[in-house]
Amino acid sequence: MRGNGGGLRVYAVAYLIFLYAPIILLPIFAFNDATIIAFPLAGFTTHWFDELWTTKALHEAVKNSLMIAFATSVLATTLGLCAARAGAMADFPGKKGIIGFVMLPLVLPDIIVAVSLLIVLRQVLDLTLSNWTVIAAHVLLCTPFSIAILNGAFQNLDPSMEEAALDLGENRWSAFRLVTLPLVMPGIISSMLIAFTISLDEFIVAFFLTGSNPTMPVYIWGLLRFPASLPIIMALGTILVALSVVLLTIAEYFRRRGLKRAGLKDTGGFL
Amino acid sequence: MAEGFFKTDRGRAVLLVSPPFLYAFFLLAVPLGAIILFSFWTQDFVTVNTTFTTANYQEFWDKPIYKLLLGRSLYVSGMVTLVTVLSAYPIAYFVSFHVHPTKKSMWLFLITIPFWTSYLIRVFLWKVILGYNGVVNSSLMELGIIHEPLTFILYNVNAVIITLAHAFAPFAILPIFVALEKIDRSFLEASQDLGESKFSTFLRITLPLSMPGLVASVMIVFIPTIGDYVTPELMGGAGGKLIANMIQTQFLQLNNAPMGATLAIIAMVCVTAISLFFIFLNRRWLRGRA
Repeated sequence: MRGNGGGLRVYAVAYLIFLYAPIILLPIFAFNDATIIAFPLAGFTTHWFDELWTTKALHEAVKNSLMIAFATSVLATTLGLCAARAGAMADFPGKKGIIGFVMLPLVLPDIIVAVSLLIVLRQVLDLTLSNWTVIAAHVLLCTPFSIAILNGAFQNLDPSMEEAALDLGENRWSAFRLVTLPLVMPGIISSMLIAFTISLDEFIVAFFLTGSNPTMPVYIWGLLRFPASLPIIMALGTILVALSVVLLTIAEYFRRRGLKRAGLKDTGGFL
Repeated sequence: MAEGFFKTDRGRAVLLVSPPFLYAFFLLAVPLGAIILFSFWTQDFVTVNTTFTTANYQEFWDKPIYKLLLGRSLYVSGMVTLVTVLSAYPIAYFVSFHVHPTKKSMWLFLITIPFWTSYLIRVFLWKVILGYNGVVNSSLMELGIIHEPLTFILYNVNAVIITLAHAFAPFAILPIFVALEKIDRSFLEASQDLGESKFSTFLRITLPLSMPGLVASVMIVFIPTIGDYVTPELMGGAGGKLIANMIQTQFLQLNNAPMGATLAIIAMVCVTAISLFFIFLNRRWLRGRA
């Protein structure tokens, strides 16, 4: 059945080029010695990267985003862990519905999540917007991804291993900690990295809920209005893309290791 | 009694699922309830008038601009879904049927990477590609295919569609891929042994069996695209603004949360209704397959 796919392979390569087109342009303009982002290219410079180090407001935004992304990754993975473990345990009435409801933000338009949270936080609870309001929303958006990743880890787990630990005198918690947790650890790391990446990059919701200190994407959005700052954004984008690729590669490595640990064949990507 | 329940396997599962459920309940279900409530209230300069009224819905109906934006949004989401799903199917098919099993996850990884990298910057770079002095125009002019830059590819609805189709590509590929992977390969051999050609095997076996994935990828592209205001803002120009831009304006510039809530609900109801109708049309392919 499996050939090399001839025409389809050509199409697939063309499609990959389409997918990567914007990312390939990024470093080209980041090192281009011109303020206008267009062809023809002018010459090589690292000036735009130097400028990143001296932009104070950017450092603040990056610090905010890193803090938000870290908190989000921990909280979303914790909630994902609960849901995925419950999903792998005994059935109870309404289980499918409840898990489906928690997964809902995956298909809900982001702007709906953004405006509904904004109304509750500002108009009903009268809270001041801060990093925590962004974290609250990002946890909501990232939990479904965590569940999807951790579901894979839990459903491949042999329940008899934990039962064996219980029979040998461990209590519920220590059996989980000593037997199950190490086995799903690769899934946990993978889920944290994915949640971190999503949160770091999320703009649509953060724009509504960010406080007086903008997150990095909100800061970038502000810069997009000023033509003079565009090359700096290209430099920043180059660093971000490199960082995302590194984080995702590590996440993918742990995901595969988790599958291998569970003795399974690898069938697909993150979702 | 209750304490006893939480010691059973079932009880422990309920206990474990409650934190994520309660989180989603308070941060998703309650806020969704709140916007529905707000849509029946009105903005009185700085305060919100909490008398029940359908005035916002009336305003939506009376002002052509809202209907125009919503119509355009639905058109853009529909086109993006069509383009994305049609172009994604061959890729999913290729990875599932023609890529060696050990290399499948590498292909999927390659396909998903661009999706995880800075969305804002990716959208902006499409401006660089499609712009007046952009990559497309300058290369076409260099090759002598055109003599003047093409202008129909930036600051209009087409540009929005191209950019969104790019952003949602992995979302469309993955569900189709999963459905294709589930197909028992012996069906295909059986069909060809019984004299069907490769193409009719595809039409009569592969395509119908992959329909659940196809429907899932339509949903996962069509519904979220209605909520994007970044791409129309950067790529759409004056004639390419969508309903999400209007929702954002109502909330953040006009400070009219009730009207914004009304528009959000109307948009949401429209995409849900269309999605349900689409599922209904495809019900015979979805029956009995989870």
